[in-house]
Amino acid sequence: MDRIFERLADIVGRDYVSNAAEERFIYSRDGGVQMPHEPDYVVLPNTTEEVQKIILLANEEKIPVVPMGGGLVLSGLSIPLKGGIVLDMKRMNRIIEVNEKSHYAVVEAGTALGMLSAYLNKHHPSLKNSLPDAPPVATVAGNIMIHGSGHLSQSEGGFHSEMVTGLEVVLPTGKIVKLGSCSTVPYWFSRAPLPDLAGLFLGWNGTTGIITKVGIKLFPRPLLNDGLMFMTEDVDTVPDIMFRIVNTEMCEDLTFFITPKPAMFEGFQMTIISITANSEKEMRLKKEIIRDALRGYYESKEAGFVPVPKEMKAFLLEAPQKNLSAFADVRKGGGFEYVGAIIPVEKIPDAYRAGLDIAAKNGITYSLGGRMIGRGHSFMFYFAYPFNRADKEDMDRVRQALDDTNHAALKMGGIPWKAEVSGQQLILKQMEPSTYEFMQDIRKLLDPNGIMNPGNWEVNP
Amino acid sequence: MNALKFDPGICAKCETYDCLMKCQYMDFDLESAREERWKLIRGEDTRILNDCVTCYACEEYCPYNNHPFYLIVERQEEKGIHPVPKPIEKSQIKAMAPKGVIAPMKVKEPVINMCYFPMMLGTIRGKLFEGASAIVGSDIFCNLMYLHFARNSVIKERLPKMIENIQKNYLEPSGVKELICYHDECYGTYTSWAPAFGIEVPFKPIHLFEYLYNRLSELKSEIKPLNLKVAYQRPCSNRLSPEIDHFVDDIFGLIGVERVNRKYDHENALCCGGVFEAQQRFDLMEKNQTLNVDDMKENGATHCVFNCPFCFWTLSDLVSQKGMTPIMMSDLCHQALGE
Repeated sequence: MDRIFERLADIVGRDYVSNAAEERFIYSRDGGVQMPHEPDYVVLPNTTEEVQKIILLANEEKIPVVPMGGGLVLSGLSIPLKGGIVLDMKRMNRIIEVNEKSHYAVVEAGTALGMLSAYLNKHHPSLKNSLPDAPPVATVAGNIMIHGSGHLSQSEGGFHSEMVTGLEVVLPTGKIVKLGSCSTVPYWFSRAPLPDLAGLFLGWNGTTGIITKVGIKLFPRPLLNDGLMFMTEDVDTVPDIMFRIVNTEMCEDLTFFITPKPAMFEGFQMTIISITANSEKEMRLKKEIIRDALRGYYESKEAGFVPVPKEMKAFLLEAPQKNLSAFADVRKGGGFEYVGAIIPVEKIPDAYRAGLDIAAKNGITYSLGGRMIGRGHSFMFYFAYPFNRADKEDMDRVRQALDDTNHAALKMGGIPWKAEVSGQQLILKQMEPSTYEFMQDIRKLLDPNGIMNPGNWEVNP
Repeated sequence: MNALKFDPGICAKCETYDCLMKCQYMDFDLESAREERWKLIRGEDTRILNDCVTCYACEEYCPYNNHPFYLIVERQEEKGIHPVPKPIEKSQIKAMAPKGVIAPMKVKEPVINMCYFPMMLGTIRGKLFEGASAIVGSDIFCNLMYLHFARNSVIKERLPKMIENIQKNYLEPSGVKELICYHDECYGTYTSWAPAFGIEVPFKPIHLFEYLYNRLSELKSEIKPLNLKVAYQRPCSNRLSPEIDHFVDDIFGLIGVERVNRKYDHENALCCGGVFEAQQRFDLMEKNQTLNVDDMKENGATHCVFNCPFCFWTLSDLVSQKGMTPIMMSDLCHQALGE
């Protein structure tokens, strides 16, 4: 009998641990094109204390531990590169608290964003959470851990990691810590005014600890939503158009897409401006202010607001967006992969041209686009390429396109987001050596046995 | 190729300049109307070219059928004027281009031309359209909408092929001579625009309203009067066939519906605003929509009846917000038959 398996079963119960070949197969891969690696065990803990016990065991046995949320990242961040335990957090999905007046929720790490959204709809209809353009099973903790963004990232302060009000973390040594106001008082309202330690766990791809609870900001939910679509033919005008829109402070979400299909969009850039309001009067005023901001463009007739039929508008305004899922099947093999690069806003034209060049060079189709993060503080530009899972050459082409895109993103002054291991290495090679050394010092300090998602954020994995 | 049949001599004799004097969107006195009209005829710059909102109405106002609107569009295009921003214009020309996928198909009378509104096919059903064949798609699309874009050239280029497609693939092989036009735009194309540009139409276009009236007359005993007060949203392309307007009243008479007497109907109808939006005339769009819908409501309408799907999509939310029910004419007739 497998001794470790038995000890894991003692911790979580026999139903929630597996080393069966079929489970190991499933957890060896994600939806992208990264190479699979099988875990030795898949474990689904139910409590922070169970996570703690698993971490203590992993330290004792020197077994790698890879935390996993929705498993949707596509860049292999929850693929166990060196085997060990995949810690699937989905059972820890309780919504612990919603504080309406202080606009936050406290959830367990496996809570899906869609679940939180549905819960708020039902119990706190005046509030909402920011939703990424991912399937609703994407988790709150997973998204903050990779610096994800969502449909409130433009209007409400940036990346989801910037919306974190507090964390509970099981450190790689097994110690349980609380970060933010919840460490001192019974409220999870803010990371300030205390020394901010949350950054040690945000963007680290699970290499510094296991997040078990999250305090996350909630936002008002206006009664109405509507949108405008602004069409341009000269991509060099897009940063200025975005700048003008952002500066009106009238829109909730600001996104952008370029796609070769359907034909009506080929060769044009579409900026989508989502607007919310509590009355028709407010909505009209906001639209008027945004239109006025772009008056020079549309009066020149070189760009303009597209009349959008109601059905299409509903499709464009939905959160999360489902169109990328449909895009995944363009090649009739159900796969798509993307690099989301975080770039300076003024680099949107460079990113656009790079995306077109890379798609043409690799003979693949594409969907390009992105979302404004913060009030024009940076831009998440995605380069998405669909592929057919049954076609190895197709996957190779997309893998090459991803690599080309990572290089292009760094060259233009951006940084690949939630990069796969090879992309992480590119980033680290360009990083100030002292910064990289500091990162490794912190990891050694927190994780003396090197058990946490090894292979990630390492120059030589 | 396909020159507009326009006679400046008719304008020379005109004393009223109704084409401009009746315009709802540009203000003229008789002298300025005459002056600007002649600038237009001579191909000179005139404010008409930039201020025209392309509502089609002057085609109706001209008592001599001398095609003042088509002349405006010709001149706009000659002078490189783009009423709609260029990317939107290009995008629409691409989007609505013929896909070349049409294939011969046996059809039975009545043949209903659904233009390029495949999403409206569901209305061709029930007793109203019993036994009908519906045709639809980019390869039979009349393309008249490009009048709003000042692109007569697109219509000239595409329309002959569309007519040939309809005739050779559907009507001729099936021995059908008549084509019921669901959309005013198609009917106006075949009865007004095509003759004005010397393009032959080998089939007989029938307006949907005429078909509905005749069919409802056949089914008169099955009609349950609806007892509704409705406002009618007259579409821009109905300006090309004003002789059809009486069928609205005739149909309403059969199905027990009262067309409310309101300011913005008949010759004084207002554009739904969709075209103004495309032309980036947002203030005008909002002003007109408010005037129009308030006028419906104030005159006691409980429903707003549309025949143009584009008008329906543009105005239906606003109509609903005012507590009225937006409905297509064909659906209203279905209701009267209990369907």
